[in-house]
Amino acid sequence: MTQVDTETELSTISDQGNASKFSFGVLQFPGSNSDQDCVNAIEVLGHEAHYVWHKEESLGHLDAVLVPGGFSYGDYLRAGAIARFSPVMRALADFAENGGLVLGVCNGFQILCEAGLLPGALILNRSLQFRSEFVHLSTVNSGTPFTKAIPADQLMRVPIAHGEGCYFADGSTLNEMESHGQILWKYATAQGDLEDHANPNGSVHGIAGVCNKAGNVAALMPHPERACQEAIGSADGQWIFRSLIEHLKDAK
Amino acid sequence: MSDPKITPELIRQHNLTDEEYQLILKQLGREPNITELGIFSVMWSEHCSYKNTRSLLKGFPTRSSNVLVPAGEENAGVIDIGDGLAVAFKIESHNHPSAVEPFQGATTGVGGIIRDIFTMGARPICAVNSLRFGKLDSPEVRRLFRGVVAGIGHYGNCFGIPTVAGEVYFDESYEGNPLVNAFSLGVLRHEQIARGAAQGIGNPVFYVGPATGRDGLAGAAFASQDLTEESAEQQRGAVQVGDPFMEKLCMEACLELLATGAVAGIQDMGAAGLTCSTCETAARGGTGIEIELDKVPQRGPGMSPYEIMLSESQERMLIIVHKGREDDVKRIFDKWDLPWAEIGFVTDTGQMVVKHHGEVVADLPAAKLADEAPIYHREAIEPEYLKETRGLDLHSTQDTTDVEGDLHALMAWPTIASKNWVYRQYDYTVRNGTMVHPGSDAAVIRVKPDSLPVLSEDSPNRDVIPPEKYLAMSVDGNGAYVYLDPYEGGKIAVAEAARNLACSGAVPLGTTDNLNFGNPHNPELFWQLKEAVRGLADACTYFEAPVTGGNVSLYNQNPKGAIDPTPTVAMVGLIEDPSHITTQWFKNEGDVILLIGESLDSDDPYQGLGGSAYLKVRHGLKKGLPPRCDLTVEKNIHNALRGWIAQGAIQSAHDCSEGGLAVALGECCISGESARHTPHLIGAEIQLKRAEQDRLDALLFGETQGRIIISVPSVFVGKITGQAEVMDIPVEKIGTVGGKTLSIGVDKHQFDWDLSKLHDAWFNSIDQIMES
Repeated sequence: MTQVDTETELSTISDQGNASKFSFGVLQFPGSNSDQDCVNAIEVLGHEAHYVWHKEESLGHLDAVLVPGGFSYGDYLRAGAIARFSPVMRALADFAENGGLVLGVCNGFQILCEAGLLPGALILNRSLQFRSEFVHLSTVNSGTPFTKAIPADQLMRVPIAHGEGCYFADGSTLNEMESHGQILWKYATAQGDLEDHANPNGSVHGIAGVCNKAGNVAALMPHPERACQEAIGSADGQWIFRSLIEHLKDAK
Repeated sequence: MSDPKITPELIRQHNLTDEEYQLILKQLGREPNITELGIFSVMWSEHCSYKNTRSLLKGFPTRSSNVLVPAGEENAGVIDIGDGLAVAFKIESHNHPSAVEPFQGATTGVGGIIRDIFTMGARPICAVNSLRFGKLDSPEVRRLFRGVVAGIGHYGNCFGIPTVAGEVYFDESYEGNPLVNAFSLGVLRHEQIARGAAQGIGNPVFYVGPATGRDGLAGAAFASQDLTEESAEQQRGAVQVGDPFMEKLCMEACLELLATGAVAGIQDMGAAGLTCSTCETAARGGTGIEIELDKVPQRGPGMSPYEIMLSESQERMLIIVHKGREDDVKRIFDKWDLPWAEIGFVTDTGQMVVKHHGEVVADLPAAKLADEAPIYHREAIEPEYLKETRGLDLHSTQDTTDVEGDLHALMAWPTIASKNWVYRQYDYTVRNGTMVHPGSDAAVIRVKPDSLPVLSEDSPNRDVIPPEKYLAMSVDGNGAYVYLDPYEGGKIAVAEAARNLACSGAVPLGTTDNLNFGNPHNPELFWQLKEAVRGLADACTYFEAPVTGGNVSLYNQNPKGAIDPTPTVAMVGLIEDPSHITTQWFKNEGDVILLIGESLDSDDPYQGLGGSAYLKVRHGLKKGLPPRCDLTVEKNIHNALRGWIAQGAIQSAHDCSEGGLAVALGECCISGESARHTPHLIGAEIQLKRAEQDRLDALLFGETQGRIIISVPSVFVGKITGQAEVMDIPVEKIGTVGGKTLSIGVDKHQFDWDLSKLHDAWFNSIDQIMES
């Protein structure tokens, strides 16, 4: 299990210079702050990214939408609770309804749960403190648009930065999610073991990311968009975006 | 509403002396009213006027060929980093508010410094902090520490700025009076530098940001008195409440507005709020300003002019707009759903005129208020305590007989122990720029095109994509050294910051400093300040790292006395090539470990143990003279190290500071980390030579200055030692990287440490204290 070789491996399959660029929308709420990192990640991968202001009522033509991290509306009331009422969220719901690919990260995960596009909820970290550190992610279901390019047994080393990242869903919901393959990523040790001490926030079953039943809306608390270049610590996050791109190519 | 009569009692309550009141009468030619008295009291507080320190600060070097905006001219200095790009940075304290209300005190400290940066037209891209607390065995100290760290984290995390570096010391002198110094750095193109001047007669003056409330009334004046338990309780209302979400929106809107070219002048409302921002912009513009308080957004009814003018409600800005461009303000601030109001206009009278319900409630000469505060040359007397501390006889303390235990104790000592409990609460990865995370000698961030503020649509540089730049930052300041020898301690603070930059591969660009001292009316405390400033100034001059701004915080006292005098020095450096970025931990088995610098300063009667962590931890002493700092030697070493880094020879570089050589070696072995619970432990075999007169504890734990531990592939050893000889720099091979232990041999003695135990002691020490 190695992270070191990722960039070289990935660069060989990079789309740089490829004429068929996909267009990613990055939603911008007041208080979004990893929006720029999402755009940066997509551009590093050689595709196009556009900001979509929260007051927009239509998304225009987009191949996929990213709901970025941050503190939308200051996280007042509850993380993500106010953003779900933004005009753009109605457009996003339609986009998802029609099978469009949506990936939420961190606050984006919270917003998608609040909006009912994903099951479960994110609550305060069990430590009651904000946590910022690199973690290892193990991919549980590699048969989705968000995971299909991730090699078997490839751990991803990516940063987390959240205060309310403890994933929770009740037992029956979890059972249903498991039976539909909706659990995508779990926190793991550097050796790939799913142990309690690898879990940075107390999430139920060590869950880091999930998808909806249809498999076109997914989100995770860690930040793959902040791990797309070795220069900033890791390029493992590329695997998730590579998966989206591969899926979009296959769908063409 | 009738104004209260100005009585001697009222004047005293405003912290103005009789002489200062006489000066006010002379400047005005009449008695001030209560609003005017309030305005004078905050403008002439130490926090705003530097009245006690201005004459000392003149000694700082403030110019170099790279300085675009020098210290004192604007809200923050600006330095050229080449290719049309520049950085704006500054450090500022929020000590007194944090002593009362740690979470809010710290958040507003971070918020204030971020505003100073974007007021310059720069986009803030990182935050750094320097903290001091009492000893962690006190529950009250733990409460303050917990609150301050959570507050700093909350503000930066929500605002979306990475908090990338910092330092924390714990010492009883800071009990009840913690130090919270916050630094921020922003980037911009030269053409984007904004000015805080009220230019253009008749130009409208806008207030943007949330409404004004009664919070933070006269915080600047609060920060300019001794902190006592009583004052802390009474002054709770002087602490402001921070809202990072609001500031994030305010910054985005301001940068967007600046790009339109509509802005003639911009100033944040920090200390002394509306008062300071209006009179300083008028003073800088050589103009006057007139405002109507009825138009200022207010949180509640019935606020008096006094309250509105002195409120320190956060996240507010004053913007002077070119006449005819008012709609740009409306359009952009409406887009961001932010309150705005046109509250006045620029005049040619030189007066700051404040109206309330149409009546003049203050009419004061702006330039005099801003620039002609009284200047004091305080008396300075060498403190009595120095006789005792300098009287330490090292022979009265036994040399160590428990080297293994010493190192364990030092590594677990909270001041030296890993600060992961702190920085794991700070988002340090947001904005995709952080290349060296917290935990190495200096943080390194990259400036990429999207780090910069947007350009105006008609800028000729719109299509120019600037190259990436790499910046290193470090903040340092050992209060014990300054307590024992303020001049030498001041020099060391700067030298250590410069050394940390050199270890990361960077060349210093400039410095910002925060002077945290005691009551300037006490001649002994003023002597500390004067001597420390002299040391800082000499060292900044020597390292060609001019002071671009900073902050003075006096009256740092608790009922037991003053804090250790603590200048904190934040230095910013530039790294030309990303391949030169260097970290402190050992990388590869088999690399050779070299020590740059003398292993022990044989001319120092205390052999590097004066004021050391070792004397403090193992003997309970804060005595002796601190190690001597030879600036010539330091600078040669830094230059040589950067040269070897550029040659690709250096795998790791770590400076020796608190805890000396043994602690530094320990850190080289255990401080690498790739993820949660994933430390990279790598051993080392060390063999040290000792002269007959050298104490063992001094060799291992002495803090002789000018020392750096590097690891290099063996093929480079000959080249480095050869070049070092030519440059007259001592370099000694002391060992090899590898194995599962840290082993240090001295003469016939052999000392061994198990790496996982050492790591546990160092990494988990603060967590165990805070979470048990």
